[in-house]
Amino acid sequence: MDAESKAARKQLVADVLSEYPEKTAKKRAKHINVYEEGASDCGVKSNIKSIPGVMTVRGCAYAGAKGVVWGPIKDMVHISHGPVGCGQYSWAQRRNYVSDGVTGVTSWVTMQVTSDFQEKDIVFGGDKKLAKVVDEIEAIFPLNKGISVMSECPVGLIGDDIEAVAKKKTKEIGKVIAPVRCEGFRGVSQSLGHHIANDVMRDYIVDKAPPAPETWVSTPYDVLIVGDYNIGGDAWSSRILLEEMGLRVIGQWSGDGSVGEIENGPRAKLNLIHCYRSMNYICRHMEEKYGIPWIEYNFFGPSQIAKSLRAIAALFDETIQAGAERVIAKYKPLVDGILAKYKPRLEGKKIMLYVGGLRPRHVSDAYGDIGMDVTATGYEFAHSDDYQRTTEYIKDGTLVYDDASEFELEHFVKALRPDLVGSGIKEKYGTQKMGVPFRQMHSWDYSGPYHGYDGFAIFARDMDLAVNNPVWKMHKAPWGKE
Amino acid sequence: MPQTVEKILDHSQLFNEPEYQELFERKKQFECGSSLEEIAKQSAYINTWEYREKNLAREALTVNPAKACQPLGALFASVGFEKTLAFNHGSQGCTAYFRSHLARHFKEPCAAVSTSMTEDAAVFGGMNNLIEGLQNAYTVYKPKMIAISTTCIAEVIGDDLTAYVQNARLKGAIPQDFPIVKANTPSFVGSHVNGYDVLVKGVLVNFWDGKTRGEVTEKINIIPGFDGFAVGNNRELKRIFGEFGVDLTIISDVSDQFDTPTDGEYRMFDGGTTIEQVEEAINAKGTISMQKYCSDKALDFISATGQPTASFHYPMGLKATDDLLMKISELTGKPIPASLEKERGRLVDAMADSSNWLHGKSYSIFGDPDFVYGMTQFLLETGGEPVHLLATNGGKEWEAEMKALLATSPYGAKAQVWAGKDLWAMRSLLATEPSDFLIGSSYGKYLERDLGIPLIRLTFPIFDRHHHHRFPTWGYQGSLRVLVTVLDKILDVLDAQTSKTGISFDLVR
Repeated sequence: MDAESKAARKQLVADVLSEYPEKTAKKRAKHINVYEEGASDCGVKSNIKSIPGVMTVRGCAYAGAKGVVWGPIKDMVHISHGPVGCGQYSWAQRRNYVSDGVTGVTSWVTMQVTSDFQEKDIVFGGDKKLAKVVDEIEAIFPLNKGISVMSECPVGLIGDDIEAVAKKKTKEIGKVIAPVRCEGFRGVSQSLGHHIANDVMRDYIVDKAPPAPETWVSTPYDVLIVGDYNIGGDAWSSRILLEEMGLRVIGQWSGDGSVGEIENGPRAKLNLIHCYRSMNYICRHMEEKYGIPWIEYNFFGPSQIAKSLRAIAALFDETIQAGAERVIAKYKPLVDGILAKYKPRLEGKKIMLYVGGLRPRHVSDAYGDIGMDVTATGYEFAHSDDYQRTTEYIKDGTLVYDDASEFELEHFVKALRPDLVGSGIKEKYGTQKMGVPFRQMHSWDYSGPYHGYDGFAIFARDMDLAVNNPVWKMHKAPWGKE
Repeated sequence: MPQTVEKILDHSQLFNEPEYQELFERKKQFECGSSLEEIAKQSAYINTWEYREKNLAREALTVNPAKACQPLGALFASVGFEKTLAFNHGSQGCTAYFRSHLARHFKEPCAAVSTSMTEDAAVFGGMNNLIEGLQNAYTVYKPKMIAISTTCIAEVIGDDLTAYVQNARLKGAIPQDFPIVKANTPSFVGSHVNGYDVLVKGVLVNFWDGKTRGEVTEKINIIPGFDGFAVGNNRELKRIFGEFGVDLTIISDVSDQFDTPTDGEYRMFDGGTTIEQVEEAINAKGTISMQKYCSDKALDFISATGQPTASFHYPMGLKATDDLLMKISELTGKPIPASLEKERGRLVDAMADSSNWLHGKSYSIFGDPDFVYGMTQFLLETGGEPVHLLATNGGKEWEAEMKALLATSPYGAKAQVWAGKDLWAMRSLLATEPSDFLIGSSYGKYLERDLGIPLIRLTFPIFDRHHHHRFPTWGYQGSLRVLVTVLDKILDVLDAQTSKTGISFDLVR
């Protein structure tokens, strides 16, 4: 980017910050930057408390633990433990698809199970109620393979001992009961919820996994998919490629996952992690304890898919390496066709992103593949290692914001006038009011999958239908002034 | 390879392709799932009376409740006042959830801020968060009023809103006279309908306290209550009052806030009841609540000023609208306009035209207490027969009122009222004693799928259909739309049932 444009961007940031009270402006200034090519990170602070009253987009630890990591495990019953709201608002909102599950019989992903705390539970404590909830779950959902207790704010404030209840009831029912201390006030965002969720998964399932049954035959190609929540079926359109190249996927963590697949974990030869932010913790643990190496991969868009397939294959023998090449070649005609169809419609269009764990960087090259340019990006709950990784993806002059407020985002959209904004449901409709096309990049805007080659076709189609819908030329009345 | 450039298959079709069906088969061996026998047995068992008894006997476990928590209702009420910023004192995740929830229903932005309390605030109290939050929100978003409601953490640790706000003023975080409304709305008490009530009362207390009624104006106040159809309904109320020639003050009017145009400008605030209107409302001729269970506390407070009040239960259908119009007439002394009487006749006309399709159809209904009451009342008027009437947030009083309503009609004889039960209980009820149709929110789609009972979406939240909230369900006109919605489903189902053989697949119905 030329110096003048970069200076204009810096001025834009200064202008937006000037609207804040002085103390707030000073704090927020550390989270927004115009990226300088060659820098080792994006030049923003991260994983710091949100400022009260500015309208952060972030959620809480419960959202990270229940909504992201544990919720998609299909054959467990996840109790939203506390008052009714948290479970209600997160009920079936993340589109974690399930294969081969009967709702309420063998799968509870699209159900809202809660202890629905009343005032008396706050006053006298909720442990007795929790024990009873477990009994009643066993009575009406007997085929469950385990239970998780997802703590909401009050639980951690009233001195409940959910670990003791879990221990006692586990003995009685002989199934895993995982107490997850993910109260919403813990940490600064969803991120600590991910970490807590990983730790509980480690302590209550992975490290307690029974030895492989006698019928189990290991292969050198056994891998886990980690950090894919199967939103819109993402994990499946990824798995199909891994299987086609000759690998054996022995578990999906946690989209369309099961307790059995988590228990298979220690038997993997390699962990493949997609969402680094939300599940790197468990990968590090498994590396340390079981000696299982892990590799980050990116299945958004053909450039990154091919790069990832080759990087994964490089860790295996020639059979797999040949498999990776075969897969890349097989899908090349599809990729070429998609690019021929959509690139001309999208070439040169600018996108502004603001999403969660991995997408602010991971989707960048997929946009590049279809000719689009990420002009600004940022994360709700990233850490410094995410911003370091982001430098591999972004260009000089990219505007980077961490934990952006709605106020900042609105002003950046107004000033940069991108051709497309990719963010969440809370940002969607306000952006569209401004006449700017939008895609929800958490839920794929009720579309997907976007992972893998099959997903890339849908991704390209969706970006075209968002950017080029005729409605975006209609918001000004013909009699109005320019 | 299932994907082609010519026909791109997304999630709705892609995974039905053989490549993915085979993938699912391969995946099963790693899942250690239950045996097919066990699954078949349990799948059959959950439809039995024995399971129903077990399911209804639950005391601690709630599954698929049809209710949300207090601060959601408070937020909804807050944004119905002009340039009022909804301000949650508590954890930030709560606010993120409320905003998403309302955005998903209205397909509109929903602004609200949080004080982002974390562990240190849990230990030391949230005063600093509140003060800093007020200063930032006031400076950045420039509201005319801030409406504070609490979420769990602030309630459990016992934060003192009054003292904290006082301190915020003393410290100059906000001007001395800047209007701040307070509502204590813990999620472990009541539901969103109560939160709505507490916030509305909070607004009235803030502007009316210490004042007495002066000279009575010609105006009528309306408290609409928590209503997913508020955009259409509030506008319909204004039209009805316009026909009467009576000035109306809707206390918390979200109809513009949740229906802003796409014209190039994002309006964080639009429309809403002004502070001046709220102040004047103490002198109105009377206050009518459209939903009793959303306004118990507010109405008590209003009554205490000596102002007449009346309340309804989400008035839909003929008699409920008749009663509403007669009440407006009684309070204002104005006759019911001929134009509305003509509308009444048109509704009766429509009900008569379609009566052969409506009569004897059976329905189960779930939703907020007032909605279930209003819907039941209307369906009884069409010769419909209610079967299971369920409000997770309904109590004993509601149950008694429902039973009294059912006793007024021979068509109510078969109905059962389920206060405090959830939608997993509804599943058992419908599996053992089915009805022809189910009326409720989008949450009912799982029941529709599992039990084959067609769902009619007529109450909040409607996430999976668009724009219904833009049309009214109240008054004769609104009732007409409700009638058509029900009737369309009845006839669509009939067409689908008869399309295979062609017998009874009639062109004229």
